[in-house]
Amino acid sequence: MALSLSDLAVARGGVPVLSGVSFTLDAGQALVIRGPNGSGKTTLLRTIAGLQPALSGSIEGADDTVAYAGHADGLKAMLSVAENLTFWAAVYGRRNIDAALAAYALAPLKDRLTGTLSAGQKRRAGLARLMVTGRPIWVLDEPTVSLDTHAVGLFADAVRAHLRAGGMALLATHIDLGLDADVLDVTPLLAQANTLHGASDEAFL
Amino acid sequence: MIALLVRDLRLAFRAGGGFGLGLAFFLILVVLVPFSIGPQSALLASIAPGILWLGALLACLLSLDRLLALDFEDGTLDVLATAPLPLEAALAVKGLAHWITTGLPLVLAAPVLGVLLNLPAQGFGWLVVSLVLGTPALSMIGTFGAALTVGIKRGGLLMSLLVLPLYVPTLIFGAEAARRGAVGMAVETPLLLLAGISLGAIALLPFAAAAALRMTIR
Repeated sequence: MALSLSDLAVARGGVPVLSGVSFTLDAGQALVIRGPNGSGKTTLLRTIAGLQPALSGSIEGADDTVAYAGHADGLKAMLSVAENLTFWAAVYGRRNIDAALAAYALAPLKDRLTGTLSAGQKRRAGLARLMVTGRPIWVLDEPTVSLDTHAVGLFADAVRAHLRAGGMALLATHIDLGLDADVLDVTPLLAQANTLHGASDEAFL
Repeated sequence: MIALLVRDLRLAFRAGGGFGLGLAFFLILVVLVPFSIGPQSALLASIAPGILWLGALLACLLSLDRLLALDFEDGTLDVLATAPLPLEAALAVKGLAHWITTGLPLVLAAPVLGVLLNLPAQGFGWLVVSLVLGTPALSMIGTFGAALTVGIKRGGLLMSLLVLPLYVPTLIFGAEAARRGAVGMAVETPLLLLAGISLGAIALLPFAAAAALRMTIR
């Protein structure tokens, strides 16, 4: 069980943003993706999650194994936390949401409507959604936005537990979670894509 | 799939879910007709099937822009697209949920409103039958229109422009079946064609809607 990318190129809105992305992630490993704003981290993660096609290159091991958490949480404001999580668990053919509630200290909030939660509490519920999917590869885009220090700790613990259980995690984040993870800086890959793009513009002019 | 249906129905019935909006619109529209046309009961009786069908169609249209837009904004569609449930099935279920919350109440309210428009007694049964057969097509075509326009800011008007022409065959055969029923003519032909449109829409449009949605969320 491994996720492997070889020479992947991704585009946003038809413009190539990253090219030559290659790495292999084995069971129990995490990879942190770093890069400045607009460098294509989100596009890369969405491509790996299968939400958009790659320009070239290949992704192996991502079919029906990826749980994706983007900037939006995918939670309904008019449903309670427990109803939201139960729904997502059912979509993935699972029932039990207690472990996810416990991991993110959501048990006291489980009957509150999601719309009445604070941004950080909502984010915790959104991250708990990953746990109820039961999928091995977590793809997380800026998972710690609006989380306080304590919640970031809960999140790091959840990721560690997931890795110990043989899972994998792919994170785009700016802060150090204290995870034992490799770091992939996309800046060199981006520069290459931009140079190519700029060169063609210059030739055109 | 059942989980998605239950969730959509639950959301529709919660505060702000929009359940009853289409029904209230239908009610008001039909009540306004005698005010604008005048109280001649013979005239009202002859236009009743057409008015009721047009009202049902517009009420259906009214609720379509919420069908996928809310799920798109909060990221649910992204997650659904990566879930084990095929997107085609998810959209078919969302169309079904729309029909249960919008189409079915319209079918049930139509005979009551038929009284207001002096619909002939023999027409009530056929009106209900034509709406039962026709409103699923309205919901599925609407789901397709919603999937086409979900990524566009304030795409509701564009969706109406796209969806209304697609509603034309359903309206023609539905209103024709109801009209023939009201005047005591044979109704089999328009009803069969109407059922054909609905079945075709249910069979094919989830695939078209899923393809459109995949283009939008990439």
